[in-house]
Amino acid sequence: MTDLGARESHTGGMYSLAIETHGLVKRFGHRPAVDGIDLAVPRGSVFGFLGPNGSGKTTTIRLLLGLATANSGDISVLGKEMPRSLASVLPDVGTMVEGPGFYPFLTGAGNLMRLDSADRHAPSSTRRQRVHDALERVGLGHASGKKVRAYSLGMKQRLGLANAMLRPRELLVLDEPTNGLDPQGTREVRALVRSLAAGGTTVFVSSHLLAEVGQMCTHAGIMSAGRLVAQGPLDELRSSGESHVLIHTPDVGKAAGVLSRLGLVPGDATGTGIPGNEASGRDGTLTGTGLNGMAPEAIVAALVTGGVRVRGFTVENASLEERFVSLTGEGFDVAG
Amino acid sequence: MLIALAAVPILIAVAVKLSSRPATPGRGPLFLDRITQNGLFVAVTALVVCVPLFLPLTIGVVAGDTIAGEANLGTLRYLLLAPAGRIRLLLVKYAGTIAFCCAATATVAASGALAGVVLFPVGPVTLLSGDTVSVGESALRTMLIAAYITVSLMGLGAIGLLISTFTDAPVGAMAATIVLSVTSQVLDNLPQLDWLHPWLFSHHWLGFADLLRQPIAWTSFGENALLQSAYIAVCGAAAYAKFLNKDVLS
Ligand SMILES: Nc1ncnc2c1ncn2[C@@H]1O[C@H](COP(=O)(O)OP(=O)(O)O)[C@@H](O)[C@H]1O
Ligand SMILES: [Mg+2]
Repeated sequence: MTDLGARESHTGGMYSLAIETHGLVKRFGHRPAVDGIDLAVPRGSVFGFLGPNGSGKTTTIRLLLGLATANSGDISVLGKEMPRSLASVLPDVGTMVEGPGFYPFLTGAGNLMRLDSADRHAPSSTRRQRVHDALERVGLGHASGKKVRAYSLGMKQRLGLANAMLRPRELLVLDEPTNGLDPQGTREVRALVRSLAAGGTTVFVSSHLLAEVGQMCTHAGIMSAGRLVAQGPLDELRSSGESHVLIHTPDVGKAAGVLSRLGLVPGDATGTGIPGNEASGRDGTLTGTGLNGMAPEAIVAALVTGGVRVRGFTVENASLEERFVSLTGEGFDVAG
Repeated sequence: MLIALAAVPILIAVAVKLSSRPATPGRGPLFLDRITQNGLFVAVTALVVCVPLFLPLTIGVVAGDTIAGEANLGTLRYLLLAPAGRIRLLLVKYAGTIAFCCAATATVAASGALAGVVLFPVGPVTLLSGDTVSVGESALRTMLIAAYITVSLMGLGAIGLLISTFTDAPVGAMAATIVLSVTSQVLDNLPQLDWLHPWLFSHHWLGFADLLRQPIAWTSFGENALLQSAYIAVCGAAAYAKFLNKDVLS
């Protein structure tokens, strides 16, 4: 587990955390859906909460927001202990949990008015204006007077986002906000999240789509089967993955032998079986994994000593995707 | 639903008007035979007719939908996240149910009064005690009966609210509430269970005859109110305990 210590000093000072959990556990029956996770979401970050379907993202979000009660563990949101401070914390948190939920017989604007008036402390004098602005912001201005029954899934999703932005928020918790959106809508949501983050709002956004997190997040946490298997700044997550070497050489067989003697695991980068191109003199590409901290230059030296004509040598960090797959043991779009 | 309720008295009035043969005294629902002589009885008759089934049906639908309906639409989580506050949400929902109880009985009474005035002669009313009261006084009595029935339904409303906190399926909560109201009335008619009768929430449902005497005997009103309060207190407390600790997973 790479707890890349968002809690530790990064620039010398203490990180202030928007969300922090310790040993959070939630069981359904005997099966844990959330199995002892320690989240640390720095203020001001766009935190991608990544994991395959069924890995416990939505359940975690329900616990954070007081919709469900944890079996054990501590939660603090915006510096206050939850769920004790629910009533004072929630007004500062914009939420979208497990898709939108609206009254089909009310208009888009009517729905937002009703939800806003459900909070006793929401100022009613600015309500109409705030609803209007939020709808404009998500591109629903033209459909605000339409009954939600007539909305497409994408429009409902946008209405859900508008609800999260009805008031200036310190924290946005968005559960799979781009579900059901077309590529254009997805881009708009990303732009929206970036603009909100630029305004100082912390955004905690869950997704089972890796690319999405890569494109809009500064930090990420990776869930697998109820456990948080890694979290931290995105670039640290990428670089902490196991790196491997790529060798371009006509002497593929010889190189593989040298790598084996060094304790590395040779592999085929082209996926066509180790090509023996020594006769033709054409280059083949060989991968070597399992560096175990061995210096790249030592590998090159060993290769050259072993008579391998090294024509290219690269050290590659794991991509986020490889990292994700190696941590969760599955692809990133798998039903769980 | 209110429109359906409003239709009941009109249906009764029209049916009585159209039937050539005068209703046999003493048969059919209370006061049915008196409608032709005095239109003011339409409202009371309609209320009597609606008490066993129609009113509990509508209350069951409204009360069963309170929490379960929101859960079903997915709006419950957003109300709680607004944040509406769980206790406050429960109170508002129950207040809404009571408001519907008032509206339902008022609708039946008003529609009945209107149908009676339009279709039949109206005059001073002879009460069960033999005294005769003016048209204005009898309108007041009708309102008292409506109030009595409203109180009667509040206990059922609380039961519906409690059931509604247990499920995300509003139809199930509605059906359970309605079935309970029918069951309670059936049990109330089994002489073998007479020890149970005073505890059934429907026990006093038809006990408003006292309001048609001179002077008004308030004991049945009081007993009913006490019983309904007990149901409201118990079911309210249970709904509170359940809803406060409920995992909202809908
Ligand atoms: N209401 C529920 N009852 C029982 N099990 C549930 C319930 N909700 C979720 N789960 C289980 O908890 C696990 C995590 O689910 P969830 O948090 O929804 O995952 P994700 O949001 O990451 O897709 C799953 O195995 C799911 O089957
Ligand atoms: Mg989910």
